[in-house]
Amino acid sequence: MTTTSLTKSRGAGHTGDKVFSAAALAAGCLILVVLFGVALFLVIQAFPALVASPDKIQGGEGFLTYIWPLVIGTLIAAVIALVIATPIAIGVALFISHFAPRKLASGLGYVIDLLAAIPSVVYGAWGVAFLAKEISPAYNWLANNMGWLPIFQGPASATGKTILTAGIVLAVMVLPIITSLTREIFLQTPKLHEEAALALGATRWEMIRMTVLPFGRPGIISAVMLGLGRALGETMAVALVLSSGALTASLIQSGNQTIAAEIALNFPEASGLKVSTLIAAGLVLFVITLGVNMIARGIITRHKEFSGAN
Amino acid sequence: MTSTLTPVRKRSALTKGQLPKAAPYIVVAVALVLGAAILALIGFNAFGWGIVSGILFAAGLVGWSLIVEGARKAKDKLATCLVVGAFLVALLPLFSVIWTVLVNGLPGLLDPGFLNTSMNGVTGAFDNKTVEEGAPLLGGIYHALMGTLLITVLATLISVPVGLLTAIYLVEYGEDRALARAITFFVDVMTGIPSIVAGLFAAAAFFALVGPGTKTGAVAAVALSVLMIPVVVRSSEEMLKIVPNELREAAYALGVRKWRTILKVVLPTAISGIASGITLAIARVIGETAPILVTAGFATTINTNVFSGWMASLPTFIYTQILNPTSPSNPDPSSQRAWGAALVLIILVMLLNLGARLIARMFAPKTGR
Repeated sequence: MTTTSLTKSRGAGHTGDKVFSAAALAAGCLILVVLFGVALFLVIQAFPALVASPDKIQGGEGFLTYIWPLVIGTLIAAVIALVIATPIAIGVALFISHFAPRKLASGLGYVIDLLAAIPSVVYGAWGVAFLAKEISPAYNWLANNMGWLPIFQGPASATGKTILTAGIVLAVMVLPIITSLTREIFLQTPKLHEEAALALGATRWEMIRMTVLPFGRPGIISAVMLGLGRALGETMAVALVLSSGALTASLIQSGNQTIAAEIALNFPEASGLKVSTLIAAGLVLFVITLGVNMIARGIITRHKEFSGAN
Repeated sequence: MTSTLTPVRKRSALTKGQLPKAAPYIVVAVALVLGAAILALIGFNAFGWGIVSGILFAAGLVGWSLIVEGARKAKDKLATCLVVGAFLVALLPLFSVIWTVLVNGLPGLLDPGFLNTSMNGVTGAFDNKTVEEGAPLLGGIYHALMGTLLITVLATLISVPVGLLTAIYLVEYGEDRALARAITFFVDVMTGIPSIVAGLFAAAAFFALVGPGTKTGAVAAVALSVLMIPVVVRSSEEMLKIVPNELREAAYALGVRKWRTILKVVLPTAISGIASGITLAIARVIGETAPILVTAGFATTINTNVFSGWMASLPTFIYTQILNPTSPSNPDPSSQRAWGAALVLIILVMLLNLGARLIARMFAPKTGR
């Protein structure tokens, strides 16, 4: 009779279900396609530069000779940024998670997050107009008193537009990233561990050293790696602040250049093989940051599995 | 005879000495005075005073604690000083940047015509006149403002549907399948793509598909989408995950189809978090410079067609005005325009951040508590 009308649904709803799930699936796959496309198109466009005869590449000695100083310069700037930012970021994260009064803590975290909201080009403008000027006397002092170290060899740059200044600006930019990740990890420390340490008579610092830092170590490492990924790829701060040149060991002279800044400075006017060369440089940067980020993510995912125990 | 016993208070042998409660205040006062005295000898400035006093304060408090309370408490005090010091040091650049932009940017922003004229026809000769003869400053950021708005809106139109649908797939349909795990992993990887590489990708893709040298606002929007999609996916995914399963099950129990459940129950519950996540994603990409520089170039004229011709934007405007001033011999007018544009950009970003917080609060679902 008409019993089927109760169990059988009408077609419209069913179609809606299919269309919607297909759309969701398509969107998900699109992301994979895009990421694959990033790699593919970069390789296609970079190919002419990789196979061109060495004398046609800028510098006249082939792509490897061209990219090598840029890779080293990128690493120098990123390492300076991390050396400065890591201790400060861990301090700030500890302050927000364990030292600041509870009511203030989230507000203070928001203030640090504001640092991440400021656009990179504004940091670059600040670095060149304020920081470079203010810091050049310090470079003179370093050159006069620590000049025997190769990294502080004089004469110091009179404008302060050096790789060290660029590194400091980068440090300011990666600080909020490292801070927010380590803060989350520190807050996840099992309360029982902390209270056990305090109950045994530990001071606050001893409690942090015995419970919070060991628990958070993998998190700190991956946060620093993610900060490294950001510092490697940051463009504008370096492009505006650094007065670039050949690779030099001294951090307080003008010189050195990073991949990202090299691309930004030259790409708008480039044509022909130069475009391919710059895209190939971008491909190198992509591979480096991809490696760093994948290692960092790997550490985080592994850590997730055993942090569920609390 | 009755002898009165006078109780003798002895300190327990188990406790060590303690600093008086007012100890930090005493030390801070001494440190400030000493700091001022030292700075007076080598030339006073407020910044140096703060640094010297801070170091004196830490040394004084730790030293005093070491004498009275012993090494363990002293170490604790030292750690506290260092941690608070790290926080204060982290605040310095924030205030310095905001102060620099305000001081340098206000004259440019208050200049009449700054917001509603473009740089069309403004040459170095006009800037030279401004500096040498005091003629009014010409040129503004209207073209850059329009470019930024158009590119960002187009990027948002691309990223939000893709990002939101992906998040829905991951939460509602994924069920820990290999594909869902792969998408999650690669979204994380995409978060780490350097912005300039995203720009190069869009440029390379359009060079290959449309023709070499294709630089338009639409290419820039694609580049920004590559940066924006992972942010939208992550934040929407987090928000969809915290929608209680009871709501979904209640809808299913009433015979509602899955897609209607998602549209009518899950999304409205999570909409505040999703909207604020999207706003934060816009705030992130609106200040991106490098991807726009390599995809849309820079223009001095108003161009409202995202599909043809180079386009200006606020970040690239700041960048070019600082790096290549309109008049190389008199860079001051250019730097004034650059700082004015920087102030406008920071105001935009801060408004978006504030808006995200307001949205999250206003549309938060009523919890009944």
